[in-house]
Amino acid sequence: MSEAKPTIDLPHLANLARLNFDSDSSESARADLEKIIAMIDAMQAVNTEGVAPLSHPLEGAQRLRQDLVTETEQRDNFQSTAPATSEGYYLVPRVVD
Amino acid sequence: MPGIATLRAMSSALKNRVISSTELTQEHLATIAEDKTNSFITVAKDSALEQAKRAEQMREQGSSHPLTGVPLAHKDIFCTKGITTTCGSRMLENFVAPYDAHVVALLNQAGMVTLGKTNMDEFAMGSSNESSHFGPVSNPWNMDKVPGGSSGGSAAAVAAGLVACATGTDTGGSIRQPAALCGITGLKPTYGRISRYGMIAFASSLDQAGPMTCDAEDAALMLSAMAGFDSKDSTSAQRQDAWLADFAEHGIPDLERPLKIGLPQEYYADLSNGSIIEAVQKTLAQQGHELVDVSLPHTQAAIPVYYVIAGAEASTNLSRYDGVRFGHRCENPQSLEDLYKRSRSEGFGDEVKRRILTGTYTLSVGYFDAYYIKAQQIRRLISEDFNNVFANVDVLLTPTSPTPAFSQGQLSDDPIAMYQQDLYTVPTSLAGLPALSMPCGFVDGLPVGAQLIAPAFREDVLLGLAAQYQKHSDWHLQRPNGFRVSKEWAA
Amino acid sequence: MSWEAVIGLEIHVQLATQSKIFSGAATTYGAEPNAQACAVDLGLPGVLPVLNETAVEMAVKFGLAIGAEINLHSIFDRKNYFYPDLPKGYQISQFATPIVGQGEIKLDLADGSQRVIGITRAHLEEDAGKSVHDLFPGQTGIDLNRTGTPLLEVVSEPDLRSASEAAEYFRQMHSLVKYLGICDGNLAEGSMRCDANVSVRPHGQEAFGERTEIKNINSFRFVERAIELEIERQIDVLEAGGTIHRETRLFDADADETRSMRSKELSEDYRYFPDPDLLPLHISSAFVQAVRDSLPELPDARCQRYQEAMGLSAYDAASLSNDLDRAEFFEAVVSVCNNPKLSANWLNGELSAYLNNADLEIAASPVTAGQLGQLIQRIDDETLSSKTAKELFKALWTQADTESNVDALIEQLGLKQMNDDGELSAIVSGVLEANPDQVAELKSGKDKVLGFLVGQVMKATGGKANPKQVNELIRKSL
Repeated sequence: MSEAKPTIDLPHLANLARLNFDSDSSESARADLEKIIAMIDAMQAVNTEGVAPLSHPLEGAQRLRQDLVTETEQRDNFQSTAPATSEGYYLVPRVVD
Repeated sequence: MPGIATLRAMSSALKNRVISSTELTQEHLATIAEDKTNSFITVAKDSALEQAKRAEQMREQGSSHPLTGVPLAHKDIFCTKGITTTCGSRMLENFVAPYDAHVVALLNQAGMVTLGKTNMDEFAMGSSNESSHFGPVSNPWNMDKVPGGSSGGSAAAVAAGLVACATGTDTGGSIRQPAALCGITGLKPTYGRISRYGMIAFASSLDQAGPMTCDAEDAALMLSAMAGFDSKDSTSAQRQDAWLADFAEHGIPDLERPLKIGLPQEYYADLSNGSIIEAVQKTLAQQGHELVDVSLPHTQAAIPVYYVIAGAEASTNLSRYDGVRFGHRCENPQSLEDLYKRSRSEGFGDEVKRRILTGTYTLSVGYFDAYYIKAQQIRRLISEDFNNVFANVDVLLTPTSPTPAFSQGQLSDDPIAMYQQDLYTVPTSLAGLPALSMPCGFVDGLPVGAQLIAPAFREDVLLGLAAQYQKHSDWHLQRPNGFRVSKEWAA
Repeated sequence: MSWEAVIGLEIHVQLATQSKIFSGAATTYGAEPNAQACAVDLGLPGVLPVLNETAVEMAVKFGLAIGAEINLHSIFDRKNYFYPDLPKGYQISQFATPIVGQGEIKLDLADGSQRVIGITRAHLEEDAGKSVHDLFPGQTGIDLNRTGTPLLEVVSEPDLRSASEAAEYFRQMHSLVKYLGICDGNLAEGSMRCDANVSVRPHGQEAFGERTEIKNINSFRFVERAIELEIERQIDVLEAGGTIHRETRLFDADADETRSMRSKELSEDYRYFPDPDLLPLHISSAFVQAVRDSLPELPDARCQRYQEAMGLSAYDAASLSNDLDRAEFFEAVVSVCNNPKLSANWLNGELSAYLNNADLEIAASPVTAGQLGQLIQRIDDETLSSKTAKELFKALWTQADTESNVDALIEQLGLKQMNDDGELSAIVSGVLEANPDQVAELKSGKDKVLGFLVGQVMKATGGKANPKQVNELIRKSL
């Protein structure tokens, strides 16, 4: 039911998703996204009044796990794949609060 | 080519000491080394030979499983401890997984030998295996054509006779469509049948692992080894299906009675090669099954719904790729923001970025109700469509894919046209139902697949019907260049 | 212009489970950096969350304790934002459907009055990791051990009207969660953190003013000071004709001010949606009933009972009923000596003093409830005077032996009060003879001198005479 072209604030979306686009790629990304949203908008034609959303194909409830410690220390194993660590910490450029 | 034999043939040969695990593994590795389809990203030669040795020990100790010593390949989306796991992406180019996916552990415990990791569309997003950072995969039937995706590498490897089995994953058709385009059998089990732990997430409420093999019998054998409850996965189903355990020992039992097979009219509307699927119908009718026209009214809405839901889930599943704890990190990040933005922009390809943006958009403030909620509502309607028809029929028969394999580059500039490749496979994913694609003919020398869809947790119906069809047809035995699948091991 | 402050607190309570809310890693404080961060906590590719049953029980326990509606059906949502201490790039929380709905607590204020403070909701979520900014030059170090620790976020209605009220609310919440055993209450270790939403409005105005949020306040004192400062700041701004902007501020204890947080973006859109890796949480009424059955008698009810059935003052009752360990110790003492008043006195007096001095919790008291109960019995039957009772207590404390027998110790230390009329009369006579002037004064009505004479008898008996009896004996002999 949306007739107007969707307003896509690409810089805003890119920022939320932590992605960079230069002016060229930004234009083509926006164009692609507009096409995709236009395709998705076909959904609006379906009557969904009174229909409950389905978030899981499996009906069922979350299983509860017993409160037990089952993991052992594996820091070296996990950090063997890390880009930057020191004294057990992961390193990132300094964050100012 | 060793992969030309069925899993069962290899199993037999190993059991009867016709060949050893090590010899079998070496033959496979040699064939893979000649491969021109680019279906492998990583070949794990040393660890494969170690596993082969262990399999031999298992056999000595008398504790072997039908799959012990049998080689396979894993789609590069499954974490394999000590082996690079890339997900087809530059983001994980050098990521050596520190743990095994649950499914990988199960198959390792059964004594299978992992030959390597197969090529795939980046982060499982695609239908042609053209978005992989590691280059496209060629369809063994025609090297200028795509194998389908996202499990293109797995499908091509099986079709080329490099392996008898490769694991794949299916979110909107990524096992079934490449299986159809490559002329092999691919099974997407019911959502929850196989654990997702260690399977790199694309769309959490849709992703399922499954086997890609030459026929239903082999698929059944693999399913019995891969399925089962995993306490590490909250969405893992707890089931006691006797027939599943029986597959390994006794194969697929004959169908107990003729089935009522539904033909959903929405899937037959714009069919270009109707004669092929009609031939399938005829073969099935000859077996005594009843064919019934049915309707799944909300089929047309499935593609937009899928792209909203899969996009939303994927956009957040991929937020963990930030250059901090693993994966690609940009050079000399100047700030935290720079670290995130450059690492992610360098690490992800265009299709992945498109999907992340789509997902971010549909979840954002002001759009959530119109897109995400709306899509979940239609998802329920789609699911109810299936429930309604399954009240009257046992299984559905549809084409798997709108077209046979298309040319490389043909659709890669048109994302929307690419998305339409999933037309027949996406609805079942949304409903979480099991579906199988089996080879059923050729068009211009390119394979065509037929899809069977069953009610939840009724893979027995799919496999039973497919096995019966495959007893009365030989499409699934055909391989490129005049080769044929063999049910016996030829030394 | 007269201003009224409007304050709401969001308190993050770390639940005292053994393992994390969504993984089986340990939650113990103080491990080596990242030694307790498992694959799930790190958000490695392919990992999945599974919900901890005890975290759910603890949330329900809290809900029942504040008289809140327990939502039998609740959903976990993803809250999406990027920060290095948030490995997945989203926090698993509950947005639209929290497990605990509307509840309330009664705040006991310093002037003895009570106010009812509404609690909007409480929900479960996972904690993030920690950032260390000053260990590595030009870098921030990330420790993800804390990631995945279960949190219960308790959101109050904006019912608080002063900084001191807010501090009292925080204190009472702290007391309650410790009482229920769902949190260790260790503020220094970050077991409870609070964010304050503060606004001001002219007295009489119904509409709320614009609010600011002060983040991560970790002590009772800081809660009060930070809010005080913020109220002052807002009034200053408004009275100078300015406007308050909705923003997030940090309290700087050293500079004694609140300041704006540069890194927190107002335009952050969390894009909440149900986490597809988790199924909806359905708990049964039987589950809730089982938690209800496991609840200790709640502080309010206990406080009432202490006043009505045991005749304690409101003050004494309150101080004994808001800590489960103290309450249980108190009742154990009473069950031995049957004297609630004296038991309360000794608990709130001597025992508390000793415990505070030694920096011990009552659960670690070297003097057992049974021993204290017997001590009080011996005061009741006049074996001990209040002075000798204190000596006995000191001895019990020093011995720190749960097997120490009170009567044996009384014998051993010769603390028995002299109660024998015969013995005492003799000593009394002796003292009266030795102090004729004071006796004369006493006879002429100067009652004050009685104390002196009693004191002399006490001295002569080494403090062992029963002062009451001595009193009587002296009076009788006049």
